[in-house]
Amino acid sequence: MKFRESQLALPLAALFVAFFVAPLAVLIGLSLSGEPELEALSLQQYVKFFTDRFNYSILWSTILLGVKATLVCLAFGYPIAWICARSSPRWQSVIVFLVILPILTSVVVRTFSWIVILGRHGVLNKTVLWLGLADEPLDLLFTEFGVVMVLAQVQLPLMVLPILTVLSRTDPNLADASKALGAGEWRTLWRITVPLSLPGVIAGCILTYAACVTAFVTQTLIGGARLIYMPLHIYQQAVGANNWPFAATISVIFMVAVLLVVWVLNRLARVSRGFTHA
Amino acid sequence: MHSRHADWEALSLRWVFGALAAVAIVFLVAPSLIVILTSFTSSYSLKFPPEGLSLRWYAALADAHQMQRAAWNSLLVAFWTTLISVVLGTGGAIAIARSRAVWARACDLLFMSPLLLPALAFGFAALVYIHLLGFQPSIPFLVLGHVIVCAPFVLRTSIAALSQLDPALLDASYSLGANWWTTFRRITLPLIGRGVGAGAFLAFMASFDNVPVSLFLADARTEVLPIHLWQQIETNLDVRTAAVSGLIVIATLVLMVVAEKFAGLTRQMR
Repeated sequence: MKFRESQLALPLAALFVAFFVAPLAVLIGLSLSGEPELEALSLQQYVKFFTDRFNYSILWSTILLGVKATLVCLAFGYPIAWICARSSPRWQSVIVFLVILPILTSVVVRTFSWIVILGRHGVLNKTVLWLGLADEPLDLLFTEFGVVMVLAQVQLPLMVLPILTVLSRTDPNLADASKALGAGEWRTLWRITVPLSLPGVIAGCILTYAACVTAFVTQTLIGGARLIYMPLHIYQQAVGANNWPFAATISVIFMVAVLLVVWVLNRLARVSRGFTHA
Repeated sequence: MHSRHADWEALSLRWVFGALAAVAIVFLVAPSLIVILTSFTSSYSLKFPPEGLSLRWYAALADAHQMQRAAWNSLLVAFWTTLISVVLGTGGAIAIARSRAVWARACDLLFMSPLLLPALAFGFAALVYIHLLGFQPSIPFLVLGHVIVCAPFVLRTSIAALSQLDPALLDASYSLGANWWTTFRRITLPLIGRGVGAGAFLAFMASFDNVPVSLFLADARTEVLPIHLWQQIETNLDVRTAAVSGLIVIATLVLMVVAEKFAGLTRQMR
């Protein structure tokens, strides 16, 4: 007698319920507790968050950071995927290998190498001075520009891979047909290739955005102590200030903010899939 | 006239995209190379290019006991995390890969959500939860926390491999009298093995590299390598950090080549 394969999901489902769903439920519960008693159900912590400019400016700058880094990833990631999809299988393997090399290398190590590159006496500043583009070393570390650059490098593979998947499944005849009908290369790119690859682009944006906003190591090491983003805010409140209810509230707000953006992008993905099948 | 215009267009597109892609590839690879070269410096400062070459900082690692303990903890946690993720993740993948049922879609969404939710928020939630249950953070809890964020990798590559598997092969096996277990061992596993292997590799690397969950579930006793390095870099930049980093990059490269050879890593990632 054959047992049901669906039962094989039970152990993982049980683990997720006990160690993922339950902790998140506890977190939400804690965020709804009032201050000294921790018992009454109240929105006190949420009121505290949204009435203090400091808190929501951190939320806003975190979301903005994610958007900027995602756009940089898109600008560089799409061309890589496009070139890769047109290469021979051998070159495809080489390019994918180079693309996934950074994502598999420890993020602490990658961020560390950027400190060597971006520091006042780092490679980049030496080059800039040598070329005479500036009179004195630029401040790159501990600036938002630096954080965006490093995040883009660290998360770029997450953008390239989904786009590549979609591009390599797209029928090349469509682009050829467009060219045969007289459209130029750029027009074919904008009117045929890009729309057809939108599901991949959006999937890449979702993954990159979600990874960038939560990239604690990169944000703290490159951003330093002055640039505070949501993950560091949670960490400081939870470990530094030992204020767990407030840390829980920040965590819940952060999760909701990330999921909202993901949800909007997902809706867009559905619309864009609609147009590929039309 | 027309064709010259078309040529120019084709060239300009290829040049623009080629240039952007080339810059991006350099941008992706350069930091790893710079870490390796910097780690061989003979001086006390982290300058690139290094002033002289030596292996002294690698030799200094032999005395870095705290770092060694952290590395050992990381390997231990990554090993158990990978093992549990592979067993549970492959099971989950088989259960949901070919099902169109609502419960299967719901499970898929649930199992994939750790990749989208901020891992740091989950790490903190897990700490609060453990305290509520009356426990202290320890290695087993750290492993469970890692499994939650690493199992999705195994699940994803296994589901992809299963979707390539021709169900007629399984039907043939059953109709020839094989039971489920024999079919799994002789047909399914050999055919999805590379996918599972690639997922296991990704899970191992993700666990070895994890900071957001370890930040809350590891303490001074159970310190793991990424946290130790993070603190080192935040407080005093020491050249030994460069040596460990160089070692990690080299080990990653070697493991990737092995994973490419045995599991077709670059094909699994697409």
